Amino acid sequence: MRTLIRSLGELCITAGAVLLLFVAYELWGTGAYTQAEQRKLDGELTRTWAAPQRKPSGAVTAERVQLGHGLALIRIPRLGKGFHYVIIEGVSVADLRKGPGHYPGTAMPGEIGNFVVSGHRTTYLAPFNRIGELQAGDKILIDTRTRQYTYKITGKTVVSPSDVSVVAPVPEHPTKDPTDRLITLTTCHPKYSAAQRLIVFGRMVGSIPRVNGASS
Amino acid sequence: MYTWLWRHLPGGPLTRVYTAVVCLLVAGALLWYIVFPWFEPKIQFDHGTVDDGGTSATAPPTPGAKHR
Repeated sequence: MRTLIRSLGELCITAGAVLLLFVAYELWGTGAYTQAEQRKLDGELTRTWAAPQRKPSGAVTAERVQLGHGLALIRIPRLGKGFHYVIIEGVSVADLRKGPGHYPGTAMPGEIGNFVVSGHRTTYLAPFNRIGELQAGDKILIDTRTRQYTYKITGKTVVSPSDVSVVAPVPEHPTKDPTDRLITLTTCHPKYSAAQRLIVFGRMVGSIPRVNGASS
Repeated sequence: MYTWLWRHLPGGPLTRVYTAVVCLLVAGALLWYIVFPWFEPKIQFDHGTVDDGGTSATAPPTPGAKHR
């Protein structure tokens, strides 16, 4: 009897230790995967951009990207020099594990409409961990093959996960036709929960030609 | 359980401690690099997207990715 109880106790302690290790893995271990994927995508994107464009039509935005592949680079100076991620086309669970993802079907960078990007708030390198700190006027820089677009943040909100109107071409007015070039970032809220979504809105304020290969 | 294992480890106390630590590290590494990466995508705590379960045009392409 005594041996049985002792064994049970030991099993419980072991299970607790394994669970703690798993929590540590969730928070820090998953980042290693994202980092490796980001490095791969970054290289892929640099190579694609360095190669001559197949159709020199000049319309960058018409260039469609395959699901799961790199689409653009996002930088947010407010979040530090190191804030530099490859945006992936697609927002499936597998896509978001690799980095921030662009909602297929929403506008491309610089297009009229809403360029919607989702990312993890925690785990998997937590690219959007600190977007709650952003304030109106902060810049979001989006690099595509030929142009760098500058967006300025206009506002923030917290919505329920089912409130898809925030990803509409005109956020919160799903039936209106877009006239502005907007960006919307979405992530989990509060941190370590998925009960709500934190949404950051922005508007394009300018764009400059981008020198190939240089992503300063 | 652990008492039994301890009694069945070969060698003197020092060798036993050494073997036990190595076993512990191997178990930890197995969990971290093989078991957890396999298990983690199945539970997903953190969802960054908004969707209504796959009925809208902007919902993720995977029907299994239903968020709450």
